[in-house]
This record gives sequence, structure tokens and C-alpha cells, in this order.
Amino acid sequence: MSQADVKGRGAVSDVRLPPRGRDQPPQPASRRTTFYGTLFRNELHTTFRRWRTLALLAVLAAVPILVGIAVKIETGDGSSTTGGGGGPAFISQITNNGLFLVFTALAATLPFFLPMSIGVIAGDAIAGEANAGTLRYLLVAPAGRTRLLLTKYATVMTFCLVATLVVAVSALTVGAVLFPLGDLTTISGTQITFAEGLGRALLIALVVAASLTGVAALGLFVSTLTNSGIAAMATTVGLLITVQILDQIPQLHALQPYFFSHYWLSFADLMREPVYWDDLVKNLGLQALYAAVFGSAAWARFLAKDITT
Amino acid sequence: MDQPSATDPDPEGSGDGAGGDAGGDESGDESVIRTRALTKRYRGGQLAVDGLDLTVPAGSVFGFLGPNGSGKTTTIRMLMGLIEPTSGTARVLGRPMPRAARTVLPHVGALIEGPALYGFLSGRDNLVRYDAADPTADPRTRNTRVAAALDRVGLAAAAGKKAKAYSLGMKQRLGLAAALLQPRRLLVLDEPTNGLDPQGMREIRSLVRELASDGTTVFLSSHLLDEIEQVCTHAAVMAQGRLITQGLVADLAAGTRGRLVVTTPDPADAARVLKEQGAGDVVVAEDRVTADPPDGELADITMALVTAGVRVRGFGVERASLEDAFVALTGEGFDVAG
Repeated sequence: MSQADVKGRGAVSDVRLPPRGRDQPPQPASRRTTFYGTLFRNELHTTFRRWRTLALLAVLAAVPILVGIAVKIETGDGSSTTGGGGGPAFISQITNNGLFLVFTALAATLPFFLPMSIGVIAGDAIAGEANAGTLRYLLVAPAGRTRLLLTKYATVMTFCLVATLVVAVSALTVGAVLFPLGDLTTISGTQITFAEGLGRALLIALVVAASLTGVAALGLFVSTLTNSGIAAMATTVGLLITVQILDQIPQLHALQPYFFSHYWLSFADLMREPVYWDDLVKNLGLQALYAAVFGSAAWARFLAKDITT
Repeated sequence: MDQPSATDPDPEGSGDGAGGDAGGDESGDESVIRTRALTKRYRGGQLAVDGLDLTVPAGSVFGFLGPNGSGKTTTIRMLMGLIEPTSGTARVLGRPMPRAARTVLPHVGALIEGPALYGFLSGRDNLVRYDAADPTADPRTRNTRVAAALDRVGLAAAAGKKAKAYSLGMKQRLGLAAALLQPRRLLVLDEPTNGLDPQGMREIRSLVRELASDGTTVFLSSHLLDEIEQVCTHAAVMAQGRLITQGLVADLAAGTRGRLVVTTPDPADAARVLKEQGAGDVVVAEDRVTADPPDGELADITMALVTAGVRVRGFGVERASLEDAFVALTGEGFDVAG
């Protein structure tokens, strides 16, 4: 269809109109909350009851278990491990303190497993409904295009948080079972109490979840481009891998600060004393930029889209 | 139920540049659907709907007919705000679509191109989801309304089953139930009896009649002409994106001439005589010979038949059915894609 002459249609109808006709019966005071809340609750319920969602969460929960067991076996003979890979060198600390398994597991899942699962959920958000034909019934209900898109984004963001917390809680549990817990040493060498360490772990989980907002917005945008849920998921995950590879090519260093994954591992700076904020702030700013750019693109695209499935 | 008054000034109409003439003068009339020069050209250049002027009177059961690919579904999607028209205007319940979708659609129940369901949810949860998508639906009465809708389409017993285990007919019923979650002013039903057994078809037809008698306007597309003839008061016929005719079903059928039917043990001779008498489209089927009656006195034909030595068992003109009217209008069989 011609994009140019349909542009702005939904923009007018979905944004400017009051949420209900003036001739509706009086509603309870929480009208605005209900307007978004009802659909959001139902969306959460629908998403988290899908077998696929639960399978993704199960895979994420399994990663810390595997890492924990591997470290336990590796160090069973008394030798110490060294931090491998590109992640922060938390892994060598796990045997001293199980809490480090949380940081290790998040560092291990953030480059791929976490964003991949976000890509699946976000890519499927609109395209999956279009593919099943349920999108047309949601829209004639009428869900409202802006309302539906915001609900979908909020649900994907919730999934980001839940997925990160699943990794963190699984890691904490495995860490507590296999390794000792106690006061811990920061990257800077200072000692903090176990309680403060737990606080840092929670903060890190929140930062990791926030690091995924860019991928979530990108996936949602891709999802508005196609009527095939599988194609949208594959494209999003493909983009994710491509960006990760490009981020490793030294010749592209001028572009790399704009890749959504570039500052992901900056969450390790929360384990410094004092906390080194520069890259953390850059990361969150970059995620906000991606969310704004691709969120707007998804909105413009979805409002102008002819629903033919 | 509450409904947007048709005489309300139209707050959304002010920004309407293209359809300025449709702004206020039509909001007072009795049509539930009204399109003016509604046109849709798809990205590939294919003209799906071409200058459609459709008027669906309030309270009617309106049959929407046309061969596959004639533009019916595109029209329905434009009326429901799913597809943006290339040009022209569409008003539903007196308000412009798709701009007023949010105020209009809560009063419209729709079944478009068959049901679409979440296979991993139960029938009941499918309805709960669609109801939650409607911001005007009261969450406090949701469970009651869902149960009532399931009951109305005969699915109460299967409400807890996962939708993927439903048969085609059950899915169709669940789709209908979604359209009936709230009292509606307009029901748009695209092939509502698809996949149903004869008993189910009869149930749906009586449901449509029941709804219509409550004052709901029903816009029904179907490829079953006898269904339209049994249920509908009005009908419109589309072919190749254009509206060919619209009006009362009785008038449409009456506009077509009946078929001359001769029953005879000598069908070959009878066919020859009928052709000589100027009858068109002569068809021989065993001992029945049918033809379009020629102009002039029919009694002259019986005389010609008898003179030619054709033995006649029966002779008469059969009333035209809607199917005949349809074929006459579209110039093709019903299942031929346009």
C-alpha cells in the first residue's frame, strides 16, 4: 500500500480521540488505569501461559545451573579457575562466594540468551497475532492501535525483567546450594557486606533488564513489518547476532558506541567501589535512544498498516 | 444500550479534507453503513474495490453477495477500520471510519473471514481476551457476558476446552460468540455458517433472525444464495470490485425473468422448437427442457410444440430465484473468481 497517503490516519484517531464516547455510562474513578490495565493484565496472562514463554524461561534458568555445576566440578580438585571469555572476571570468585554466580550468570546470558528470548517475544508480539488472524479481532474489539502497541511493549518489557530475575534467582539459589555465601570483595578490592552485595545484585539485574529495552523496541518494530511471527523472530535474532559480530570488528570502532549491545557489560561497574557510572549512563542513554527511535518507527508503521490477515 | 446518537455533531469530521461532502449531511439518515465512492487499490496496483456506493438501512438483514475475489472482504475490512481506503468515504453508525473506530466499533460485532483463536487458550479465555481488548467493556460483568455469549451459540459445555481442540464448526460458533459479547447495533458476519453442519446452519439462521428482531442490523456476506434468500431483507451484489445492484431481496429476484420449463418425453424435439420460437439458453436435462422465455405470448409456444408433434407433460414458468438474479447480474457462476 502507499505509505504516504495513509500516514497519520491512526495518529489522529488513536491519539486525539477521548478513550470512550461521551455517551458511555459513568465509569469508576480509575478509568485511565482500567483503560490500559485490563488489556495489559490479559496480555501478561496470555503471554506467560504460552508454552514457548515458559520454555524460554526454563532455558534461562538452566544456564546458572550449568555454570554452577561446571565451576563446582572444575574446582573440585582444589585448583582455581581463571576468568575466561570476554565477560567480567567474576567466575573465579564463585568458589569463594556463591553470590558471584549471579553476576557470572548475567554476564553469560546477556550477550545472547537473554536478548534472543526478548527477540522471540518482541518479534512475535504483533506479527504473531497477524499470522494467527487474531490481530483483526483485537482491533475490531476495538483494542486501539496505540493502546495495543503500548500494551505489547509493556509486556515485552515485563518479560525482560522477569527473564533477568529468573536468571538472577536461579543463580542465587544454585550459588547458595553449591558454594559458601558471605561478605564479598568488589572489583576495586574493598569489602562489602553480604546484604549490600545482594542489593548490588538486584541493582545489576535491573540494569541488565533495562539494557534489553533497545532490543525489545527493535523487535517490536520488526514485528510490525511482517505478518509472519517466525520471520520477525528470526530477523530480530539475526540483527542481534550481526550487531554482536560487528561490535567485535576493530575497524568499526567509530560506529560501535551506537550499537545497542556495546555497553551491555558495563553493569560490572556496579561492583566497583565507588561505582563507575560513565558507561552505565551511556548504556541507559543508548537504550532510551533505541526505544525512542524504534518505538516511534513501530508506532508510525503500525498505525498506517493495512490489516489484511 | 447506550449508543452514539446519530444526530450528534461529528467531532472527528473537522479534520476530514478528502470527504468534506460527507461531513454532516448524512449523519441524520437511517443508514447504518453508508459508503461514497469507496475505493481501495492495493500496493501492487490491483483495484480491489472500485467506487462503491453502499447503503445499509437500519434494522435490515443485509445480504452481501459476490463471487470470490469480488472485493467483499476488502469492503468489510475498510468498514471495520482495518484497511485504509485509497479514496472515498465510509460511515458506520453515522460516523466516519476508520477515524471514529474507537467510538463506533464497541457497538459492532464482527466475524471477518472466519474465526481466529488462540489455540492454547480455552474457549472461555479466548472470549475473555477479546472482551478485555474492548475498553468500553465492563470488567465486572465480563464473566457473566462471556458465559451468556457461549450459551447463546451452544458452546457452554465446551467452554473449558482448549480452542485448538475445537472442530471447525465449534471455532465458527466461538467466533460468533465473540461478536455477541455485548449488545450490538450492527453485526457484520462474513460467511457465518461456514463449516457448520445443517443443524448448526439452521441454528445460526434462527439466531440471526432473533437478533434482527431485537433491532440489530445484520450485514451478512455469504456464498449460499438460498441462505441470503431465507434470512435477508436487503441485498447487494458485487463483482470485480464494483457494486452491481442493491435493494430489497424480493425486488432483486423479481427483476429477473423466470425460466420456461417444458416437461416432455421428446426433449430433443422440444428443444429445437423452443429455439425456433426464439427462446434463449435452452438446456435439456432428461425429460425437462428449460429456456429463457422469448418475448410475446407464451401460448404461441405451446401451439408450436403441439403442431410439431411434441408430447407435453408439463409447461410453465418457474419463478426466478436469487441465484438466477445473481447469475444474470454477474454473468457468471457463483464460484468463479472475478
